[in-house]
Amino acid sequence: MRATVLFAVSGLLTLPAYAAELQVNVEIPKLNVAEYHRPYVAIWIEDGGQKVAANLAVWYQQRDTAEGHGTKWLPDLRQWWRKSGRNLQLPVDGVTGPTRPVGQHALKFGSSQPQLRNLPAGDYTLVVEAVREVGGRELVKIPFSWPAKAQSASAQGSTELGTVTLAVKP
Amino acid sequence: MKRTLLLAAAIALAIPFSAAAHKAWLRPSQTVLAGSDPWITVDAAVSNDLFYFNPLPLRLDGLMVTAPDGSTVQPQNQATGKFRSVFDLQLTQQGTYRIAVTSSGLAATWEEDGKPRRWRGNAASFEREVPRDAKNLQVSQSVGRNETFVTNGSPNYTALKPVGEGLELVALGHPNDLFAGEETRFRVLVDGKPAAGIEFEIVRGETRYRNAQDEIRVSSDANGEFAVTWPAAGMYWLEATTSDDRTSVPQARQRRLSYVATLEVLPQ
Repeated sequence: MRATVLFAVSGLLTLPAYAAELQVNVEIPKLNVAEYHRPYVAIWIEDGGQKVAANLAVWYQQRDTAEGHGTKWLPDLRQWWRKSGRNLQLPVDGVTGPTRPVGQHALKFGSSQPQLRNLPAGDYTLVVEAVREVGGRELVKIPFSWPAKAQSASAQGSTELGTVTLAVKP
Repeated sequence: MKRTLLLAAAIALAIPFSAAAHKAWLRPSQTVLAGSDPWITVDAAVSNDLFYFNPLPLRLDGLMVTAPDGSTVQPQNQATGKFRSVFDLQLTQQGTYRIAVTSSGLAATWEEDGKPRRWRGNAASFEREVPRDAKNLQVSQSVGRNETFVTNGSPNYTALKPVGEGLELVALGHPNDLFAGEETRFRVLVDGKPAAGIEFEIVRGETRYRNAQDEIRVSSDANGEFAVTWPAAGMYWLEATTSDDRTSVPQARQRRLSYVATLEVLPQ
């Protein structure tokens, strides 16, 4: 508690010396469909101008298939592709990874990690976009501010995403 | 029958005459791609409904594909069927490709032995085939461009540089970065210079499944610019025609200019 108060004062002047953290929880829902493929998911942070401030995670098929490499379908993550993906050299260390199964996926990003290290103070939005082969596409957003103030929020997906929660820990 | 033949002739030269209200178009299978060398296929046809094949294929005589580095690349598997032409293109470079069917030509009418004569060709064949003393000779020149754009990976602008001849449309932004509900500004050029007062007709595809064309009509302002807010996602057809007297053949009094672009607008 005392540390929190101290931070509240010092945080206005400098970045805290100890790690703040973003805890992101993304639920990939179980779907009752005849043909199921794991979704492609992109998780990123947007600034007030809706520009990508940091990519947190991108999950896509890492293999080659007869139809092409998994990167072929990345443009289906339409907003992420437009705002960031098409300008990236893939794979991105610490960001891209294979698709994930149905369930809860907990991710933590410390303020000293490359994604957040250079994030200027301001209002941001956490965006989670998911798209599934022969399925749909969905995008959910949760606003937050940085540097970290204790905050938690959630957003509910309706089709391709379940509950998405964000906890900001100073 | 005679009309059909005339129409076929007009379309063969890709000259959209106002009398034939058919729409000529190119339609790429995809406009935003990723990969080291993905393929697209492109349909080319002339129709009333967008983008359905009826009644005529678009001739691919003036087809030119400009790669992201500005070089000209060859499409493959080119074929023309009863209703449509088709070709494939492998996107071996990263960036934006410009796919265009261009045309330029001359049309003449005159009287011979009291009967009307019609003729089409180019400057060289005009010298050979049209009599110098032709009675009531009327000559018009035409310059047409029908194009679309596809991007592999990150968009670039090299292939989008205006050619500087005829009517052209430049997206202020990028033609493969269009989203429903957003505004896009365009600049209209004639011979590479901004042109005011050019009216564009903009129609979203799938016209067969609705009861109105729902066309958007916009005219370029004093700076040659206009803006469109895309009402819905879809493949859009944009057309403008105009005419002036900047002909390259002295006998031609009028130059008809036409432009068509097919642009894909993605959902948010």
